[in-house]
Amino acid sequence: MKFTWFNLMPWPYLPDDFRETHRSVWVDIPSTLYDPRKGHHVYHTYLDQLEYAETLGFDGIGCNEHHQNGYGLMPSPNLIAATLARRTSRAAICVIGNSIAGYNPPIRVAEEFAMLDVMSGGRLVAGFPVGTSMDTNFCYGQIPALTRDKYREAHDMIMKAWASDEPFAFDGKYNQLRWVNCWPKPIQKPHPPIYIPGGGSIETWDFCLDHDYNYSYLSFFGYLRGKALLDGYWERVARRGKDDSPYRAAFAQIICVADTDAEAERLYAEHCLYFFNRCLHVFPPFADPPGYRTMATVKYGALSQLTRARQKILENLTWKQLVDERFVIAGSPETVRQQLEECIKGLRIGHLFCLFHNGDMPDWKTRHSSKLFAEKVMPHLRDLWPEWKHDERWWVHPMDERIRPEEQRPGAEKPRAEWPR
Amino acid sequence: MAALKSQTIETKKGTRCRVLEGGSGAPVVFFHGAGGLLADNPFLDGLARRYHVFAPEWPGYGESAGDELLEDMLDFALHGWDLVDALGLRQPHLVGHSMGGMIAAEMACLAPRDLARLVLVGAAGLWLEEHPIPDIFAMLPQEIAEVLFVDPARGAALLTGGADLSDIEALKDFYVVTQRRLAMAGKILFPIPNRRLSRRLYRLTAETLVLWGASDRLIAPAYAAQWKALIPGARVQTIDGAGHMLPWEQPEAFVEAVTRFLA
Repeated sequence: MKFTWFNLMPWPYLPDDFRETHRSVWVDIPSTLYDPRKGHHVYHTYLDQLEYAETLGFDGIGCNEHHQNGYGLMPSPNLIAATLARRTSRAAICVIGNSIAGYNPPIRVAEEFAMLDVMSGGRLVAGFPVGTSMDTNFCYGQIPALTRDKYREAHDMIMKAWASDEPFAFDGKYNQLRWVNCWPKPIQKPHPPIYIPGGGSIETWDFCLDHDYNYSYLSFFGYLRGKALLDGYWERVARRGKDDSPYRAAFAQIICVADTDAEAERLYAEHCLYFFNRCLHVFPPFADPPGYRTMATVKYGALSQLTRARQKILENLTWKQLVDERFVIAGSPETVRQQLEECIKGLRIGHLFCLFHNGDMPDWKTRHSSKLFAEKVMPHLRDLWPEWKHDERWWVHPMDERIRPEEQRPGAEKPRAEWPR
Repeated sequence: MAALKSQTIETKKGTRCRVLEGGSGAPVVFFHGAGGLLADNPFLDGLARRYHVFAPEWPGYGESAGDELLEDMLDFALHGWDLVDALGLRQPHLVGHSMGGMIAAEMACLAPRDLARLVLVGAAGLWLEEHPIPDIFAMLPQEIAEVLFVDPARGAALLTGGADLSDIEALKDFYVVTQRRLAMAGKILFPIPNRRLSRRLYRLTAETLVLWGASDRLIAPAYAAQWKALIPGARVQTIDGAGHMLPWEQPEAFVEAVTRFLA
């Protein structure tokens, strides 16, 4: 098993009545809720946590891309990854990823990912999401019905740019470049491992299998609800005649570890509820513009995570529900181990994106939970897939003689106090 | 009353479109907007008393197919002319509502001598910074009826064709149909319904009537004045008691205004 410590980077100062007084945490959230001076502390706290996760022994540290979003302060994940490349030297840097349909021209992504791979010594995991409709359509203006087509074209340009040793002309429908000549090139050959985060579009499965990419299901609603979707994916893998290595799939899970189950509730409940009640409060039409999902997916009924039905679930949510329905895996190390084993085996996943920082959780609690996990849970889950132990097809292959620039690491030494007021 | 009959027309490009047809007289082609034709379209029957009326559905609407063949404004406008050709019409009058008006105006800019007269009804296609058009792609179903109709309750019933949306299967069907239509419309309306038509309107030679619902909450009546300013000699007529869905809200006044203009 590979464990990646992932931070969504939420804004921890959303007001208590956010849900009642605002229609959406995303797209049209008032920017007056953001305070750049507090933001300075928030960024450094989150970056320190990612660096700390490396010292705890996590295999990867991860970030992603969102725009105009109160729970995702990373409009440019590559900036985050660049700072991590300088301050870590062992963990994979998982950028999950760049929403390539919105980049103009997409060669920019080929260049920046190559820069990150070179700076990090070959530690980049490159994610290529279609992007949520909030990000790609409403914030970045891409036409919903053409987004997937544009995405595929951007993907083709990037992969060809990495593969080609000669300049070439790219005559696309959305991008025309007479001279494509990626400079620099990634260290990892033929390219860094590619992860495709998916919500619930069935076309994404085939796309992953066509190219042998990792399929990452990034849900906030836990493995019980994720199972139907992953089952569909594995059925598709079998039908396509591919091997069923668990490393073909990744899953994101919110995890909270304490000494006891009761302690977990006491420490983490309010922060997880902050996340579900405020951070996932999205105006439903932003989540599902006509044309964003293909008709095949609409008919298949795999609904977006943030549709009306989901918003209904989020009303009056309690800690007990979060835990019972496994939106959150929380409790003592033993409770968390048991539930995660069920999650990992049930979904057949080789990669777990672990979400330890949730909502407005202060630094010390985040570190406490992460540390307990690393020491008392992770070691027991390492070897759940013994028969695939040597399958490194979906993991990084760093160079041996890497520069290690991270000797001075104040972030790794001691936790910060509460959020500055 | 002249009953409209339905037929399927295949264009040279390969789209297959349902076309309602009826009446006799000078040919009039009505192009519907992003919401499509509704279950009842009494104004078409009204027009068919004086004209030979054709009302095609765009690919992606109803039984019309070939969505994937149209991707941008030029595709839509040429598709409009392909339909006119496939129907064997010469110099028809073009009447376009909302998105249909945007396409009809584009058609008239491309081939100004191939039409008789042009009627733009609450037409999309322009953008005024001081009158931003509400984002129909980011609306709850009940909000849509509110911006489209003077009387939203009556409008909502018109939009659903009286289907009982408390029935989960009916709701699902309605949802799938709506998603497919607006996915298509989004190709020329998302994120801002402006494909720089204003730079081409100088080419228009057809006499043009700009019709507007006085209470249009989707595309404000200020846009009527903008069309008039951009189209040489255009006439503007505003109709009371109507919002954006003027042809359905005031069918008699609509038919009368069009008939008087086309004569």
